[in-house]
Amino acid sequence: MSVSKPLPHDAAELHVTGTARYVDDIPSPAGTLHLAFGLSPIARGHITGMHLGEVQHSPGVAAVMTAKGLPFSNDVSPSIHDEPLLAAGTVNYVGQPVFLVVADSHRNARIAARKGKVDYKEEPALLTLDAALAADSRFEEGPRIYQKGDAAAAIDAAPRTVEGTFELGGQEHFYLEGQAAMAWPQEDGGMHVFSSTQHPTEIQHKVADAIGLPMHAVRVETRRMGGGFGGKESQGNALAVACAVAARLTGKPCKMRYDRDDDMVITGKRHAFRISYRAGFDDDGQLQGVEFLHLADCGWAQDLSLPVADRAMLHADNAYLIPNIRIESHRLRTNRQSATAYRGFGGPQGMVGIERVMDHIAHDLGIDPAELRQRNYYAAPAEAKPDNTTPYGMEVTDFELHGMTADLLRSSGYAARKTAIAEWNKTQTHLKRGIAFSPVKFGISFTLTHLNQAGALVHVYQDGSVHLNHGGTEMGQGLFQKVAQVAASRFGIPPEKIKITATDTGKVPNTSATAASSGSDLNGMAVKAACDTIRARMAEHLALQHQARPGDVVFENGQVRIGQDVMSFDKAAAFCYQGRVSLSATGFYKTPKVEWDRIKGQGRPFYYFAYGAAVTEVAVDALTGENRILRADILHDAGASLNPGIDIGQIEGGYVQGAGWLTTEELVWDDGGRLRTHAPSTYKIPACSDRPDVFNVKLWDGQNREDTIYRSKAVGEPPFMLGISAWLALSDAVAAFGDSYPALNAPATAEEVWRAIRRVRDGI
Amino acid sequence: MALTFRLNGEEVRIPDADPSTTLLDWLRGERGLTGTKEGCNEGDCGACTVMVTDGRGSKALNACILFLPQLNGKSVRTVEGAAGPDGSLHPVQQAMIDHHGSQCGFCTPGFIMSMVTAHANGAADFDDQLAGNLCRCTGYAPIIRAAEAAKDAPVPDWITRDRPVAPGTQPLMPRSADELAELYAASPDATLIAGATDVGLWVTKQLRHLPQMIFLDGCADLKDIEVTDTAVRIGAMADLNALRAAMEPLHPSFAEMLRRFASQQVRAAATVGGNIANGSPIGDTPPALIALGAILHLRKGDTSRELPLEDFFLDYGKQDRQPGEFVKAVSFPRQPDALKVYKLSKRFDQDISAVLGAFNVTVENGRITAARIAFGGMAGIPKRAANVEAALTGQPWDETTINAAAAGFDQDFTPMTDMRASAVYRLETARSMLSRYFAELNGKAVSVLEVKP
Repeated sequence: MSVSKPLPHDAAELHVTGTARYVDDIPSPAGTLHLAFGLSPIARGHITGMHLGEVQHSPGVAAVMTAKGLPFSNDVSPSIHDEPLLAAGTVNYVGQPVFLVVADSHRNARIAARKGKVDYKEEPALLTLDAALAADSRFEEGPRIYQKGDAAAAIDAAPRTVEGTFELGGQEHFYLEGQAAMAWPQEDGGMHVFSSTQHPTEIQHKVADAIGLPMHAVRVETRRMGGGFGGKESQGNALAVACAVAARLTGKPCKMRYDRDDDMVITGKRHAFRISYRAGFDDDGQLQGVEFLHLADCGWAQDLSLPVADRAMLHADNAYLIPNIRIESHRLRTNRQSATAYRGFGGPQGMVGIERVMDHIAHDLGIDPAELRQRNYYAAPAEAKPDNTTPYGMEVTDFELHGMTADLLRSSGYAARKTAIAEWNKTQTHLKRGIAFSPVKFGISFTLTHLNQAGALVHVYQDGSVHLNHGGTEMGQGLFQKVAQVAASRFGIPPEKIKITATDTGKVPNTSATAASSGSDLNGMAVKAACDTIRARMAEHLALQHQARPGDVVFENGQVRIGQDVMSFDKAAAFCYQGRVSLSATGFYKTPKVEWDRIKGQGRPFYYFAYGAAVTEVAVDALTGENRILRADILHDAGASLNPGIDIGQIEGGYVQGAGWLTTEELVWDDGGRLRTHAPSTYKIPACSDRPDVFNVKLWDGQNREDTIYRSKAVGEPPFMLGISAWLALSDAVAAFGDSYPALNAPATAEEVWRAIRRVRDGI
Repeated sequence: MALTFRLNGEEVRIPDADPSTTLLDWLRGERGLTGTKEGCNEGDCGACTVMVTDGRGSKALNACILFLPQLNGKSVRTVEGAAGPDGSLHPVQQAMIDHHGSQCGFCTPGFIMSMVTAHANGAADFDDQLAGNLCRCTGYAPIIRAAEAAKDAPVPDWITRDRPVAPGTQPLMPRSADELAELYAASPDATLIAGATDVGLWVTKQLRHLPQMIFLDGCADLKDIEVTDTAVRIGAMADLNALRAAMEPLHPSFAEMLRRFASQQVRAAATVGGNIANGSPIGDTPPALIALGAILHLRKGDTSRELPLEDFFLDYGKQDRQPGEFVKAVSFPRQPDALKVYKLSKRFDQDISAVLGAFNVTVENGRITAARIAFGGMAGIPKRAANVEAALTGQPWDETTINAAAAGFDQDFTPMTDMRASAVYRLETARSMLSRYFAELNGKAVSVLEVKP
């Protein structure tokens, strides 16, 4: 059976030979036009005049569009229609698209877009959380509050307390392939759109609204993305809609891709948070109560900020049973890029909050932080406590971390290394090492319950080859390969017989974004359902022909066995075709058991939890704050893995991306609200040598306790949060310079580490 | 401009190339070779990496900031040419498949070409060879495993067969310093193109039109690095990988800084002359060269002149260079090695310095007899720390002297705050670097890069 085999990514050979096609690689029809946006240079104000004559007359320009010239809906928002394609009257951040240039080449469009002269009446921009809070500039009427027990009373009554506030920066997705879309106008006014998107159905919806047609008139196709990470869940809307309206206007195919700097200036990023905490605990470090205040910088438009901020609250407990907890979350509106989905979708921010608390308590008590964490874990399934519920009232029934933690601490040599590091640190003046353990418990399911559905379309051809389609999109995570392995397993045939095709709204409708790590859970199940439908029809027909029962027909090893008779799958397919058996089926799946009230903060938002654990060791230099990761040991729970090779890839990559978020990846805006880190020259994602020198990654040998596809677990987002251990290890190293708590902010750049060392060592 | 080069083994003639067309745009737009990707269009991500071979060997270069005329007479191999003519995969391609080295696949062609080039050159320092290729998916571990797995496989014959072609002569492509001097004196408004790692961005990011470009790559006599008993003389067209190799035995700390200077691809294109003449306050070679007592050699027409390198930098964006005058070479005296160069940046590899400090202190019989200390990132120009140097000179080589001299940084520099670092961090770490220098020369461990797991 091909499920559980570490087979290569389905497109690996195309990747390495350069033949894998991304949107900008699709050959364009002659006459294709290219688009670029003219951008707002100010953070907030009213447009008082537009002088676009020079743009219009710039070489190669075919058309210039403004909000007034749009035929129908001027909206690319995924939520509350507050995000126009082109600014209508007001601008709300530096980089907001104000006008659209349609030209004969990408370069000519870009050149022309810089020639626009737009008059603005500037208004004071809200560029900080404090400014937004003071102005009560927010989404939703007030803060959301989730709570369990009475946190304030428990903290007040606790023998010991810690409190603090820290900054947690945002993160640029830095998908290697920038945003891109192309629209081909069709004979009847419809539109065929190619988009680098995680959410083809939403592209279809927004394009249909923008050109005033029903969704059936728009077909969206996505073969693959060059990385998404959440950045292509809603941020591709503007390009696809722009292409569609320009194609409708000109009658020509239109193509748009953002130059990297434009991409970083225009599109949303991970939400920056400021987190304040107060925690009460006893002398053994047992938590009594915790209070969190989350201030989330949502940027100028709502986008997906509400569910992101919700998910941060839903991960404020991480792996710990907290008897009394209160989480207050403010979703603040500022004049920056609209923050958006990013791997973990708020979960990482919430989790960093509680991990910070655990780090602070361990420092306060002088208890080993790994030991402290384990004391506060949720109970394992076999050791039920009367109360083993999350702050939102969901019972934790699949807690794997006791065994995983013991295993990882042993295999990484944590205790001995911690001692050795302490000894080494005594011998050093400027350099110190640090080590930290951190666990991950991440909830799997869309918190907007209705999104937990998926469809698939499977055809078996008369030669036995199989065509596979589903609603998920491929962004590098290996979804297509995993799902193909599911299909191959259902039919008992080698995966090479499965042809994976581009995600296409014309094949599977009404899909959810490929997000929330849900891709293989949902689409794997939908594909399984479709395959099983076809298989049952084939079995029925073959059984009838061989005087057997359908239940006795077995599909395996490329063959179909009916009692004593054996034929190849190919022959069986031909035979069924000749027997007038339908060899095409749809499949559908909806996640069971989930129900959630996001206002009350009560229910079961998640079908299950995915778990992980990491130990990271770092070194820091007091003179400059320079720091690096020396070693990481990871044990991660992917259930019964559908493809261990692909899952380990997600874990290694997720860890490095998570560590990057908390170390070198710093977004800097100037006083005018201009993003100063808008290219890889200034925004530093991890490079090759930033990965740990020693990098041990293992899968936990377990299976999902819920009935997921082959008992596997989602693996896209959870490993990202293993990177938190790197940040905690830096805190540990900094703590070696003195007695006070380092109170590190994130990202812990060299400068931030240097500042923290000065605080700890010199009291500055 | 008429150009001839080899592309994936086949000779290509372009009768009328626009000299400011980048190789990347030409490959994707004109040739339909879309395997080579645009990730950033500024030479910082490596998705567009190609292999370029000439008489001096094979280099990985960023096609996004490589103008077509820079390829004249050379052989270019793109990802489409990594596999053999019969479709057999290059060993690094097969290894990348076997080790799950690609996820989204968008950076993969660039990685493949960096790996093909490293493999052809027998290089196995993969972290450095691949520092210029960003991957957001894999965390790099499987890519390095693939590179390791393929390293001992023989170089395929389709790779070893890459040879330059006869370039033909071009009026705007001088073949020597003399030809350049004549041409540039006659056209002082032309833009000189050496490696184009900076000028490339004028075209791709500032969208500038460059009316006249003079391509210097043919000036072989400007590429040499001469090391004699008394001096080191570096031709302006020596690339930074060549400089790194030359510095390795002489001033290893300088070489180590150059290991971290940009990336393999950028160093293979960027030249010493360009890094100086460009006048950037954050160019990394000038402080090191100034600390070594470098002399800059300039030429205009038949006239040559020399000046101390630090005197070349007049003010932010302003250098002591006449129209039509070009950097010919930089030289410095041979000396016992006391040079330490400290590069401080957010990321170790392929990052622009927040602060770069170069220290060269001569100690005789326990007393400091000379000090040359120069910084980048601390002022509008690469600049010496004159007050610190003065406070050190003549004093005993001890901690008291170091601590006292560090106060001089306040007089020497008023750095600014920007996206790379704050002013206070710059000033304080400049001071710290002097302490580090003292500690390092006294045998202490001072770099986290030397700490091993």
